[in-house]
Amino acid sequence: MKYVDEFRDQGLARDLAAALDRTLTRPRRIMEVCGTHTMAVFRSGLRSLLPEGLELVSGPGCPVCVTSAAHVDAFLALAGRPGVRVATFGDLIRVPGSDGTSLAHARSQGAQVEVVYSPMDGLTLARNHPDETVVFLGVGFETTTPGVAATVRAARQEGLSNFFVFTTQKTMMPPLMALFGDPDQSIDGLLCPGHVSAIIGAAAYGPLAERYHLPCVVGGFEPVDILQALLLLVRQLEEGRSEVENAYTRVVSPAGNLQAQSLVAEVFEPVDMEWRGLGVIPGSGLQLRAPYRAYDAQECLGVEVVSATEVRGCLCGRILQGRARPPECPLFGSRCTPSTPIGPCMVSSEGTCSAYYNYSLSDSN
Amino acid sequence: MSPETILLDHGSGGLASQQLISSLFLKYLDHPVLAALEDSAVIQNGPGRLALTTDSYVVDPLFFPGGDIGSMAVHGTINDLAMRGARPLGLTLALILEEGLEMAVLERVIASVARACKESGVPVLSGDTKVVPRGKADKLFINTSGVGLVADDIELASRLARPGDKIILSGTMGDHGLTIMASRAGLALGGNLQSDSMALHHMVADLLAGLKTGSVHVLRDPTRGGVATVLGEIARAAGCSVEINEAALPLRPEVRGGCELLGLDPLYLANEGKLLAVVAPEVADAALELLQAQAGGGESAIIGTVGLDRSTKVTMQTVIGGTRIITPLHGEPLPRIC
Ligand code: SF4
Repeated sequence: MKYVDEFRDQGLARDLAAALDRTLTRPRRIMEVCGTHTMAVFRSGLRSLLPEGLELVSGPGCPVCVTSAAHVDAFLALAGRPGVRVATFGDLIRVPGSDGTSLAHARSQGAQVEVVYSPMDGLTLARNHPDETVVFLGVGFETTTPGVAATVRAARQEGLSNFFVFTTQKTMMPPLMALFGDPDQSIDGLLCPGHVSAIIGAAAYGPLAERYHLPCVVGGFEPVDILQALLLLVRQLEEGRSEVENAYTRVVSPAGNLQAQSLVAEVFEPVDMEWRGLGVIPGSGLQLRAPYRAYDAQECLGVEVVSATEVRGCLCGRILQGRARPPECPLFGSRCTPSTPIGPCMVSSEGTCSAYYNYSLSDSN
Repeated sequence: MSPETILLDHGSGGLASQQLISSLFLKYLDHPVLAALEDSAVIQNGPGRLALTTDSYVVDPLFFPGGDIGSMAVHGTINDLAMRGARPLGLTLALILEEGLEMAVLERVIASVARACKESGVPVLSGDTKVVPRGKADKLFINTSGVGLVADDIELASRLARPGDKIILSGTMGDHGLTIMASRAGLALGGNLQSDSMALHHMVADLLAGLKTGSVHVLRDPTRGGVATVLGEIARAAGCSVEINEAALPLRPEVRGGCELLGLDPLYLANEGKLLAVVAPEVADAALELLQAQAGGGESAIIGTVGLDRSTKVTMQTVIGGTRIITPLHGEPLPRIC
């Protein structure tokens, strides 16, 4: 683990923070668009090292947070059906639907809800429970989609007839294009998500830099990685450049992971998708292509996604767009805490509200 | 022939129960007080005050690298006594079994209880068994209570932490919690990752005997909720802030790697064989040496200080020189997406 330690080096971190301080001449707002970045920033105490005037805001990159209440309602309806067992990644089970209940509630009422670590675990469940209908709830971005695609392909090869996927898989570029296409937004630069970039490639951010003159830097997740990426962003801003730069070359290439891309393209096709707080974004979701429709839970099990209102008073929608900070929400820290979450941003460990609540020294006051 | 299983009859109190007691429980947990099969155990008392504790164990899976539900129940109860400075006298063992449980599984667990008792020198003195219909319990639940004696000059409690005190952790964090999560998920995290489950009463006895009376103020075992949660409890009980240093926290590379993979924070993961000691600053180095000399204490480290600030906040100086706050655990730690 020597390798990782270099990226946590105190001296290096301090030097980078000092360089940031010297380079920054006026206030700048940088958006980090990945839940893992949000967590890493808070956990490492990195915010306490940043120069005053450099603000980090979180974007729509926490997969649980952007899952719409309408989708959670549909998950709940499905989990409540007799003979159905749903398989899901961990942090989704606490996300409230439009009436405030979650899969965790449903489980306590007797619904079969299993936390799995990989979509392939869903196949195992289907094999072990041949008399039940097993549905994997597909939530996530480019990082989880290849795994879901591989699982669906394996299910077809095996001829499993009791396994389905309820896909709400999303892609990162459409919401970013929508967000930065809005002339009202006030973000100066983008810290691009390391894991997503490993799949889609650094070049994918080209349109943001060209069309919206937005500096984009791909960064890793160790504190020093993040500081390096921030320094590149601030330099671009100070020098009036807007380019895509890659500060995470040990993992991310310009073209990304072509094998994963072709697997996803074989199994999935783009579809309009609803995002929590952002509404329906054209082409931002993925659905199974025709040859794989026999595994599509929405189509085969007749699950309806009925539009639902978000929780009243919750600012998650604005927070996910970088337009508000958690302490601005009147419910933050009073009615809404990690034990009693009202909005999804407080549920997921990578949600912005939860990160502020759990880790922030001064911001929550 | 199908393997022998637990039937509802085994909990009836009738013949089947008696057979289970004599052929299994007494075979492994042979002690005259238990073997008398009286309604309660009568224990010879010495001078000092009684410490009493109880805990229930519902761990899934029953067997995991480094231990199982049986050894964990014995260690956990002994440790709860030890954290108040008590010398454990004996334990109770109450089992709730699911109808249909394989007898071989039960035997493995009881053999493990017996081994843990023998190694720690603390016997089971009283027991009970109930069987519930299939589906009404998950295989096997254990409740253990423990009694111990606290010498009159020993006073350990969270509220006794004082500003300036040093905080020592007796070894690596999160080994148990991550082991359980990884075995539940069928993840192979590699290395020598295993539960740290062990009894700590000898370590405590040597620590207290080796230091000036009254210089150890608090002992706590950071089980569920982990080091972070216990530090928060100490801060609130004592009305002081607590400051820890991330670079000083003992952590196995496997645990760090596994936590990164699953998006977990080792500060919140359970430990079953570690203690946090809050000691007067002048004995901190001696206490550290005593702990490091103990079996299972080799990686002990001074991880922080009790602060002067009455805010009862726990803060951490991070590896890169930043500061962050440590809040108590909310809900079970869940692995993240991606
Ligand atoms: S604090 Fe709670 S209610 Fe407010 S925006 Fe965050 S999640 Fe929503």
